[in-house]
Amino acid sequence: MDSTQSFRFFNRGPSAAARLIFFVLLSLLLLFIDARYKHLESIRNVLALPIQATQRLVTNLITQPGLLWDQFNDYLDTQGNLARENIQLRQQHTVYATQLLQLQVLQAENAHLRNLFEVSQQADFPMQMAEIVYHERDIFKRKVYVDKGSQKNVVAGQVVMDETGVIGQVTRVYPWLSEVTLITDKDHAVPIQVLRTGLRAVVFGSGNISNLALRYMPISADIQVGDELVTSGIDGTYPPGLPVAKVIQIERDPAYPFARILCSPLAGVDQQRQLMIISGLHKLPELPPAETIPAEIKGKKSRRSKQ
Amino acid sequence: MSDQFSKDQEFLLPATGTFIVLSIAAALLLNWLPWQGLWLALRPDFVALVLLYWCTHKPHRIGIGIAFIVGIFADVADSSLFGQHALSYSVLAFGGIMLHRRIQMFDVREQPLQVFPLLLASYTTFAAVHWVTGGKISWEYFLGCLTSALLWLPMSMMLQSMRRTRIDPDEL
Repeated sequence: MDSTQSFRFFNRGPSAAARLIFFVLLSLLLLFIDARYKHLESIRNVLALPIQATQRLVTNLITQPGLLWDQFNDYLDTQGNLARENIQLRQQHTVYATQLLQLQVLQAENAHLRNLFEVSQQADFPMQMAEIVYHERDIFKRKVYVDKGSQKNVVAGQVVMDETGVIGQVTRVYPWLSEVTLITDKDHAVPIQVLRTGLRAVVFGSGNISNLALRYMPISADIQVGDELVTSGIDGTYPPGLPVAKVIQIERDPAYPFARILCSPLAGVDQQRQLMIISGLHKLPELPPAETIPAEIKGKKSRRSKQ
Repeated sequence: MSDQFSKDQEFLLPATGTFIVLSIAAALLLNWLPWQGLWLALRPDFVALVLLYWCTHKPHRIGIGIAFIVGIFADVADSSLFGQHALSYSVLAFGGIMLHRRIQMFDVREQPLQVFPLLLASYTTFAAVHWVTGGKISWEYFLGCLTSALLWLPMSMMLQSMRRTRIDPDEL
């Protein structure tokens, strides 16, 4: 094949520059379509199947020796350690048992009150366990992949949490994998409520591992360091009442209209391996039809909002 | 040692299609290992290096089109936007093809300096797409460009030695 090269003096097809322009335009077109529309998802899914299979194989080959070593260590774990752990767990168990009793009483009371107020019962959210397979290899993003996909009825938009709080949201579903965007991902928004005061707000990821930002809160907002933020459930995506973050720092500079509020996520966003996927997509009543606004005002409004 | 690499260019075995495909596949697998944190930033882009090697050494076989297809695969695996890797690899391949005579003129030890701007161009393209769509750039991403340039020397020596005939030509 190589030897035939010398005979083709002039018919090498279009020049390198022409090819570059063609492929650059093609990839720009793909970029545009992928960023704006969802047409390419099916192609991506088809291509992803073999790629993810090999990726997983390679990852397993690399991590398997580590797992074996862990098991060996477990085997060597001394009896003393186990006994100590046992005592600790027993103590914890008694604490939890008493708390559970209280919880049952509270639940009964709560159900009663809800019936009184004719508030529709909050649904029990079905959940399933999933395990992190690997991290996103893109330095610009905070994403992980978990081992449950559309075969296990995972749907994009479901909420992912560990036992202490919200970790993120399923953003893309493959047949056997799904992609979870962590709440610390840049500009990932979670609608929340301050537990102490009931103040509603939206918390944004800052792209940093350990920080979330509470933006657009007026300086006078009643918020303190140590306040716990839970999901408000107003958006219909996140079930209400899941712990999200804790306020760690507040800067009130009168020169700016908004306070700078930093929060740290409550869940071990970068520590856990086992996660829970919660389907919190309960049916909300439909939005009332938008009022028909006269065209002039509408034009003005949109212009203002663009500024 | 270095003379040996530049002198015996003529005695290299013709690169078979399977060898090229296997080398690119191996590079893709290396890229797909579970890199994290600082290691991810320092990770050399193996695929870019192998593509650049073939673009400079066999510019008539490996061109912008193949770089584009490999880029699409990388896009799917990294779940970046479709065409992001493809764009940066196309730019890289173009650079490699345009400068392949110049790069081959240099001794293998001087090549990393020649290769670095090409890699930088490709990294910049990738980051620029991120900047346009996401609005931010993390500068540590460009560290990978440096390590890639450093890896050029051992990697091109390795691929070169794999293409050399096993039998010593002076034997007969």
